[in-house]
Formats: sequence, structure tokens, C-alpha cells
Amino acid sequence: MMNRIDLAFKKGQIEKRPLLITYTVCGDPNKKKSLEILKSVSEHVDIAELGFPFNCPQADGPDIQNSTYRAIENGINMKQIFELVKNYKRYKNSKPLILMGYYQIIFHYGEKKFVKKCKEVGVDGLIVVDLPWPDNKNFAKLCKKNSICFVQLIAPTTTKKRMKLIIKDSHEMVYQISMISTTGKKLKVSAKEIIRNNKIIKRINPKKNVVVGFGITKKTISSLKECDGLVVGSAICKAISASLKSRQNPVIKLNKMVKFLKNKII
Amino acid sequence: MKIKRGIPLIDQHDKNGFYGGKFGGNYVAETAIQPIKDLSNLFEKLRRDKKFLKLKDHYFKNYLGGETPFFKLENLTNYLGGAQIWCKDVSAIHGQAHKGYHATVNALICKAAGKKYIVGDTGAGMFGKNLAMAARELKLKCKIFMGTKDIKRQAPNVKFMKDAGAEIIPVDTGSATLVDAVSECMRYYVSNCDTTHLAVGSAIGANVFLKICAYSTAQISKELKTQVIEEFGEIPKMKLVNVIGGGSSAIGFWSEFIDYPKKHVELIGVEAKYCAPLTTNAKLAILHGAAQYCLTDKNGQIKETHSISAGLDYPGVSPLHCFLKDTGRARYCSASDEQALAAFKLVTKLEPSVKPSLEPAHCLHEVIRLAPKLNQDEIIIYNNCGHAYKDQKIIKDRIGYFPS
Repeated sequence: MMNRIDLAFKKGQIEKRPLLITYTVCGDPNKKKSLEILKSVSEHVDIAELGFPFNCPQADGPDIQNSTYRAIENGINMKQIFELVKNYKRYKNSKPLILMGYYQIIFHYGEKKFVKKCKEVGVDGLIVVDLPWPDNKNFAKLCKKNSICFVQLIAPTTTKKRMKLIIKDSHEMVYQISMISTTGKKLKVSAKEIIRNNKIIKRINPKKNVVVGFGITKKTISSLKECDGLVVGSAICKAISASLKSRQNPVIKLNKMVKFLKNKII
Repeated sequence: MKIKRGIPLIDQHDKNGFYGGKFGGNYVAETAIQPIKDLSNLFEKLRRDKKFLKLKDHYFKNYLGGETPFFKLENLTNYLGGAQIWCKDVSAIHGQAHKGYHATVNALICKAAGKKYIVGDTGAGMFGKNLAMAARELKLKCKIFMGTKDIKRQAPNVKFMKDAGAEIIPVDTGSATLVDAVSECMRYYVSNCDTTHLAVGSAIGANVFLKICAYSTAQISKELKTQVIEEFGEIPKMKLVNVIGGGSSAIGFWSEFIDYPKKHVELIGVEAKYCAPLTTNAKLAILHGAAQYCLTDKNGQIKETHSISAGLDYPGVSPLHCFLKDTGRARYCSASDEQALAAFKLVTKLEPSVKPSLEPAHCLHEVIRLAPKLNQDEIIIYNNCGHAYKDQKIIKDRIGYFPS
């Protein structure tokens, strides 16, 4: 059986467009609203990334940190996150869902228990920011066994030799970090350079779906259309912060924004 | 789990950076993997490079001021009427805390790596100050990450950093203390790892960072070993008492004595009461790139801590101390804010020549507790790892005066 993530990429290939992947933090601004946001943006996105918050993150920029702190202040925990995913997955327009976060939360929950629960509630993929290859080999195998795509990350600092090894152990989707940065900083490299790196990765194994994230905004997204998928995270978290500040409903605002992003890449 | 004899403690990790198969590791973002590998290769090369070692010794001697004193606290010993109490006064170093050692080594490594920028975290401001000074000495551009709560309570050190030309980046997230400063500093490194050297302020972080720190502070026990032999003609039966925050001073104070049986050289670490992962049997957690015992809440989030001492206000602890604890080589206990203050009061009254900062004041509580129970031929040595000038205001507010 083909993983739902793979199916999404097949659809993108047929429609000759990159997938739109959004990242929101589970529980931001609260549990109820974050599910509403997720459902609402699903109208336009191809894959939804959902963050499980950790209060000492190593690679999150200020926008995602703000979302994370809001969620933690509201008392979000893994039990509620799994419930929310389960709810979301029952929704008719739901998209493949990738949970993303830091290893401490998985470690604390118990690796096996975590993956089992992911499978049970319908999680399609996992990104663990601070569990790099090759330390993630066993965990990635555990995911595979449970039909969950473990998403390997590749950075601009990753050597070609290491890249090949990572790709060999990767599943359906590989995440290319666009630049040396935490999330949400201004793109400090040209689109040309990102695409050049993207092609290097693709050449190693053309079958792998390589998505690009970090620094993708309304402004930059259309310049990277050639990639298999584009992840927008901080820009979305920032929009949630802004709508809370101006007392607007983030659900409506986010739907509009994601629609705009989608139109930029089709 | 066992400590191997004849191998430096910092080198007892497996190929993945774990001590005892479970503490430490390299839980870092992919972006930082190659820069950390490069740093690791450079460090392993430099610590075997005669030219670098000569340079390091030159800076330790001429810039940091050479050997720090070792002396008996006669009045305190007589007052307590038990074991002999000796002081290794590391606060006599230029920079007034053991942080001078790894700040200097990090600056030298940064230089050797051909990098112009160095960044570091600080809690009590001792590492920040020392890194700022070392950066100025070696003409590097320096940024220091510090929690806004600590900026307020350790103002004298903030001034030192500014005067040395460092840029201070205030960190207001979470508890606005050391844990948040380290997180923010590591994030800065992830964003700038191609141009910037990261100097981690304690024996924490991914493998290479804690190794560099512990390698540098080992200078304390190298000196102590010689001084003890000079004084007693041998390594006598003794207890080495040290405060534990991240654990950088204790590792440095103990490293030459790890291979001695614990009945011969006992190692005692003292944590702050509400930041005491080793004393309270905290769970193993992943924090700042390494697996360690760490205070967490029921959801696995890292807990906020509270201590009068900014340098101890940290929920985790060096993986090296977790290793020493689980192998039974060291034992750990804790002291409260009040106990540390009472110890400070007694010691400064009897021994005007020592001015322990609030960090070593914690271990003095344990020294004072232990000494009367022991015979007069027994020896306790404590590491006076920081000077109290930075805590003048806090101490005055709490006990009503600051000893002149």
C-alpha cells in the first residue's frame, strides 16, 4: 500500500506543481482554535505539518517560539495532541499529517509507545529536528514498520557523502533546509542556489520527494516552484500572532493566506 | 556501567558521544552536524599539538595569572573542631572564576579555526565576563546571551562584559535565566555556524562542547595534585567538595583524581536545592543537545528552576556528572539558598581572606556539615570557584551586610 504522503506527491506530479505544506503548532492559540485552523487550511494544503511543542527548541525562530509558548501556556500535552490528530483525521477534507518536534518529548513519552500511538491516530509522517542521522536509524526503522514516513533532513552544511548516506536511509519524503538558519529568518541565499542544492539531492535518488523549508513566505514561494514541495511555517505562525494582536479570527485569516500561497505555486 | 582506568574522563564516551552508553550524545539539528564535526576534529588535533599546548600554557600563566593558591582555613577548622578544611582558591584567577579556563581555550580554538566571531551563554555572568575578556585579548568579536533576570541580578558582570567590548543579547523567553540563554545561544549558532564559534559556558551540550569545557577546567586539579603532594608528601585520604550547577568547576576539580578509590579520594558534589537533578533522582531527558538527568514536568517539558545563585539556576547537569553518579564514583547532595547564605556568613567571618560567591557558598554548607563529624587527621578540600563581588547586592539584601 502506498503511503498517503506518497500519494499526495503523485498528485502534485500529475498536476505539475509543488505541494504546499503548512506548519502550525498544535494548541496555538488554543486546542480548539488550532484544530479549526488545521481544518480550514486543509482546503488548500497538500500536507499538514503539526508541531508538538517543546520549551527548549534548538532550531525554531521567534515566530514559531511564540506559537510554542502560547500552546504550552495553554497546557497542551501529547495526549491532547493525539486526540486532536484523531479528530482531524475524521474530517472529510483531512490531508496527510506530519508531526514535527523535538526528541525530548518523544523520549519522555517512550519511542515505541509514541510511534504506536501515531499509527493509531493516523499520523502519516514524523520530523524530529534534533535526532539526526545516523542516530535516528533505529527510530526511522520503527516508523517504517508502522507505515509512518520518517522525514530525514538535509542542510546546506551537509556534505555530499553524508547526503548520500542519509538519502539511502530516507523514506518517501526528504526535507531540505534552505539555508544556515533557524526557522523563519529572511532568506539569505538566492532561490537559484536553493534549487541547485535541491537538484544535487534529487540527482542522488530522483524517486525521493524533496521539499524545501525555512524562510518560505508569500514573497519567496513562487521562486521555488520547481521543487517537489514547499513548507511554510514561521510566516503562518507570525500571521496567527498578528491576528491575535489585532483581535481578528485567525481561522479566517489563515485560510485566506494559505489560499494566496497556493495560488502562487499553481 | 563502569569508569575505565587510565583514560581521561572526557574520553570515556562511545563513538556516538555517550558516556556509560546513555549520557550525552549529539542531539543537534542537521545544520550544526558538520560544523560540530569540524570542531571536534580540530579540538582532537589541537589537544595533541605541542604548539597549541604551549600557547594554552602561555595564556594560562601570563594572562590568567598562573597557579591559584591552596591553603588551610585554620580558623574555620579550629571553629568546627573536626577535619582539616583546605581551600583551592580558584577565584584568585584573573577573571575571578574557573570560567577563565574554558573561556580562554575556546577563544584560542576559535582563533585556530580561523573564525572571527565567538558566542557564549552565561548565567552568573562569570563565563560571559571571561569570554568577553578572552575575546578582547585575542581580537575576536563576541556576543553573550544572558537571561534578563540574570542581567538584573548579576549587574557587576554585565558591566565587565560591556567594558570588554562584548555585545550582550538579553533573553526574555521562558524563565529568562541560564536555561533560556543556552537555548537562544544554540539557536544563534545553528543560524551562524559557518562563521561563528560556539563556546558553551559549562560542561554541557553536544559531546565536543562539554569535552572542551572539562578539558580546560582540568587545570584546577592538575595544580591541586601538585600542591597536595607538596603539602602532604603524598595524596592523602581526602574529600573533594565542589558545587554543581552545570558542573564545569567540579569536573575540573576532580578530573586528576577519578582513578583513586573513592575511600581514598571521595568526590562530593553539592547542588542548589531546587535545581538538583542528581540529588532528586530526576529523569533522563534530552536538553541542549545531550541526554542527562534533568528536571522536567509530567509532559516532558523542561522545568523552570529557582535559586538565589544564577550560576546554579539550571534544570540539567553535565552528562559527565550523571556518569560519575551512576558509576558511584561521586556522591551528590544539595543546599538551600538559606544554607548557602549561612555558610557564606560563617566562612567570611572566620576567614576574611576568602570571599566565595553564592555558587561555592553552597558547597561550603556541606563542608561545614561534614567537618565536625570527622577526625582531625582527615582532609576536606573545597573549590572556591568564584568571587563574591558579583553577589554583593544580593548578599547585602539577604544578610544585611557585605563583608569588607
